[in-house]
Amino acid sequence: MIFPYLSAIIFIPLVGAVAVAFLPQENRGIIRWVTAGFSFAALTVSLAVFAQFNLSSSSPQFVEKVPWIARFNIQYFVGVDGLSLPLVILTTLLTFLAVVGSWHIDNRAKEYNILLLVLETGILGVFTSLDLLLFFLFWEVELVPMYLLIGIWGGPRREYAAIKFVLYTLAGSAFMLVGILALYFTSNPRTFDMTQLAAASWALNFQMIVFALIFLAFAIKLPMFPFHTWLPDAHVEAPTAVSVLLAGVLLKMGGYGMIRVCFNILPDAAREYAPWLAAIAVINILYGAGLSMVQKDLKKLVAYSSISHMGYVLLGLAALNQVAVNGAVLQMFTHGAITGLLFFLVGAVYEKTHTREIAKMSGLAPRMPTLAALWVMAGLAALGLPGMAGFVAEYTVFVGAFGPWAWYTILGAAGIVVTAGYILWMIERVFFGPANPAQGLAHVGDAKRWYELVPLVTLMGVVLFVGINPSVVVNIINSGVLPVVARLGA
Amino acid sequence: MENIFLANAWLILALPFAAFLGIVAFTLGHKRLSGYLTIAGVGGAFLVSVGVLAAVTAGGSVHLSFPWYVLGETHFELGLLIDPLTAIMLIVVTGVSLVVQIYSQGYMHGDPGYSRYFAFMALFTTSMLGLVLAPNFLQLYIFWELVGLCSYLLIGFWYRKPEAAAAAKKAFITTRLGDLGLLIGILLLYWNTGTFSFGGIAQVIAGHTLPEGLITTAAVLVFCGAVGKSAQFPLHVWLPDAMEGPTPVSALIHAATMVAAGVYLVARVFEIFSASPTAMLVVAVIGAITAFLAASMGLVMTDIKRVMAYSTISQLGYMMLALGVGSYLGGVTHLANHAFFKALLFLGAGSVIHATGAQDMDEFSGLGSKMKITAGTLLVGSLSLAGIFPFSGFWSKDEILAGALQRTDNPLLVFLGLVGVLVAGMTAFYIARMWLRTFTGEFRTPAPAGAHGGGHGSHEGHGSVHESPWVMTVPLIALAIPALLSGLLGSDLTGQWYGHFLEGAEFHPESLNPLVAGGSTIVTLGGLFLAWATYSKKWISAPAVQRQFSGVHRWLVNKYYLDDLYLWLIRRVVIGGSDAFQWFDLHIVDGVVNGVGRTLAATGSALREFQTGRVQNYGLAFFGGVVIVVVFTVFLR
Repeated sequence: MIFPYLSAIIFIPLVGAVAVAFLPQENRGIIRWVTAGFSFAALTVSLAVFAQFNLSSSSPQFVEKVPWIARFNIQYFVGVDGLSLPLVILTTLLTFLAVVGSWHIDNRAKEYNILLLVLETGILGVFTSLDLLLFFLFWEVELVPMYLLIGIWGGPRREYAAIKFVLYTLAGSAFMLVGILALYFTSNPRTFDMTQLAAASWALNFQMIVFALIFLAFAIKLPMFPFHTWLPDAHVEAPTAVSVLLAGVLLKMGGYGMIRVCFNILPDAAREYAPWLAAIAVINILYGAGLSMVQKDLKKLVAYSSISHMGYVLLGLAALNQVAVNGAVLQMFTHGAITGLLFFLVGAVYEKTHTREIAKMSGLAPRMPTLAALWVMAGLAALGLPGMAGFVAEYTVFVGAFGPWAWYTILGAAGIVVTAGYILWMIERVFFGPANPAQGLAHVGDAKRWYELVPLVTLMGVVLFVGINPSVVVNIINSGVLPVVARLGA
Repeated sequence: MENIFLANAWLILALPFAAFLGIVAFTLGHKRLSGYLTIAGVGGAFLVSVGVLAAVTAGGSVHLSFPWYVLGETHFELGLLIDPLTAIMLIVVTGVSLVVQIYSQGYMHGDPGYSRYFAFMALFTTSMLGLVLAPNFLQLYIFWELVGLCSYLLIGFWYRKPEAAAAAKKAFITTRLGDLGLLIGILLLYWNTGTFSFGGIAQVIAGHTLPEGLITTAAVLVFCGAVGKSAQFPLHVWLPDAMEGPTPVSALIHAATMVAAGVYLVARVFEIFSASPTAMLVVAVIGAITAFLAASMGLVMTDIKRVMAYSTISQLGYMMLALGVGSYLGGVTHLANHAFFKALLFLGAGSVIHATGAQDMDEFSGLGSKMKITAGTLLVGSLSLAGIFPFSGFWSKDEILAGALQRTDNPLLVFLGLVGVLVAGMTAFYIARMWLRTFTGEFRTPAPAGAHGGGHGSHEGHGSVHESPWVMTVPLIALAIPALLSGLLGSDLTGQWYGHFLEGAEFHPESLNPLVAGGSTIVTLGGLFLAWATYSKKWISAPAVQRQFSGVHRWLVNKYYLDDLYLWLIRRVVIGGSDAFQWFDLHIVDGVVNGVGRTLAATGSALREFQTGRVQNYGLAFFGGVVIVVVFTVFLR
């Protein structure tokens, strides 16, 4: 152990949160710079891990393993592999951009920035924990800042949305904890060590029950139909940066958990449940896309589109083969970047127009050419246009999933037509056509300030880079997918 | 690969793409420079393409693939494939594109989006070339979608016009419906052949191991993509609306190149289609239906660009018919010939629109006296489209009709050939109608309809109609040359060069069939005569005919009510279904969630605090419960 890279990544934000707590409330400038500095430091260290990552190894790297509560054999055990590294980088990047994108927030800026940093620690802990109890603790840690961020800085129905989000997640967590404990007490010797649990063999009936218990928490998080209704509420009420993190990385905790815990430890149950997952995936895709089609609120449209896009993750996972699972994990990464971008854009437009109602906006393109151009590009990325990251992920999912689930894949692929429909229709109504003078939008401006542009341009760059040169990310993901697929081994 | 052009064929893609990047990065504020960049990029690609054609004529070819990303056994590859079909397409795409870019300098002069226009045009040319050069279905699909994107961006170029924005969206979504079929076809072929590569798939098919039903399914699915892109019935509805884009865009994308991509695709994977007689029949029938329906609508349109648009759809149907009856040569040569004469027709129409500010033929009369070059070159284009000897259209049309009429093994195909002959007459009629109504008769100053969006307001009220500037007329003349001569490449005069080049050893030279050539020429002349009698001599009264057949006329001007049917389906099924989803989501799915929450809150008096919104109490209770479970389990063991 030379340098504890992962502990550094996980706890730099927490240290930052403590540091910000000691700063004077009124000096928002310093608070922002310090917050940005710590989140940038976490990003830098995660990129250092990326640079040193060994592609030829499929076991966890940068491992730190120390006994924590020896009596129960609970360890502080963290590490990254190809499944988690892309999501770690996504988290550090999106948090940094979220901090930058929140530069204009003046209401209790200190508490807001502290909570963003605490949230980051929680999420990073989830993605790096290799001890199930540690994983669970981080899973819960993330809830508190999220609850407060929505409940305090949110929109008019913020309390309802925040409580709904927390209760829904807690309900899932309760079942997950029971499942985790079941694994713990059944293992011999008792352990929460995920690598050991994955190496053990479990009776099929036991797997089926535990899979269901744990999976529920991830299904709520992803979110999977019919457990998705917390998502649009939370999104609509959350401030922009929180929506970005919510859709960009929090949902991925669900997909990540499915593959890391359910598929990896309980592969036989995964095979048994796969047909159901594929069927629900199709519902997610088409139902989410249909709901997006009829939304009147720009932010809600993007929120429902996440449900649709997470369906592709489910479809890829349900196919259980190397290509499709790679596509699913890649879809998590690319959707994080694309939907993060979309939520930043929703926020940027709202800043100018003070409305999110699509019907009130019209012909905005000449008024805000930069935002309009970025919207069109982000929209095209969301509808899976080649050259953008989303295409690679979706195409890979389709290629992999068509073998085992031809009809579900055909139905899922039909989603790309509906997606094109709601995205282009929205763009047409918001940006094209004549300006709507009645709504007082004749004098709205474009995004010009650096803290507006940095998140947008950075994420657009990521989306294009991965779209054109996917192997950089795909090779990493593949190294993590291989052992899981081997365990699933059809 | 020792040939310098073949070794550097990647430049064909790189040069226009560099122009695109250059404009986006540096010259958005320097309009002229942006135009020059695109012309230079496309011009460079054209020169390399000429070299490539020469090298391929000498027997050269390129088969190049490299991995893009790899997942185990599955290789996602990109690369270059250059064979005779590609070489011809490269000349068509870069040649027409170059001419259109030069012309656009005049047509788009003064438009505030001038640089954006040339950036998109460079990106389009790149994408189209990437499609043509694709060695596998993956790359084809990538660039297939990208040309769709450019089409979207350029149809909606004047995005302030609601019609343009709506047409752009319609084009993208309609073609994507077809692309869904293509995608599924690709997946089906991949899972049964283990490869995306055209060559690999052809090899497996040649091995006769795949069941014919599977090949038929795959071929028809791939054809769905072609139906969308090449505006075949029943997905043709987007193309007439696409005329909302600037006219040079219509010429390049929606006449000469992109819309021919569907025909190109069928030709490219002809091995798949010819392995399934059923799939071939589907292609032929759809082609013939499209050719007839579109020509019939072309008869009644009054907007000059819409006449051209329906003509394009109809001619694309011709090409599909050719491929469907097995006349690979007829399909491909008609694609090439059509690209030149149709680009000419569109650019000529653009010249008229540019000069008058109007595009409804009711506004035109006697423009020939004011615009001699436009009228003359358009006449060449029109006669070529009509298929009059020795213009280029004659040769390929004859190839197609002969190909269909010789298929006496299947009476249906012969019937389709006869439909093709009828369409030839209709084509001659509508294009003569266009030319006569626009250029002959007494000159009258047209009233600008303002239909010509963007930066062309300056034309309004300038009163005098005059010939377009040389940057626009020189391209017309340049295109009139192949419109007149390119057909000869298929004739005995050149030893039927096209056939030898495209089909190589498999080509069996055949002389013109006098019955087919003579018969179709008589029908064509009949069409021309009818138009002349109606619109020049007024022996036949067009309004009277219209009254006589008012029912038919109403169906035709309303485009067989297909657009209305689709709109109804979208409103009822897509939007209606989504509304039902929304109701279900709010009242059932979320209703249950809220109901469960309320029930829990109401039943547990200990949890009454929850109703005040103090979630920490609930959390406390939850963790308390967890502790109990843990303790319980530990002691239980």
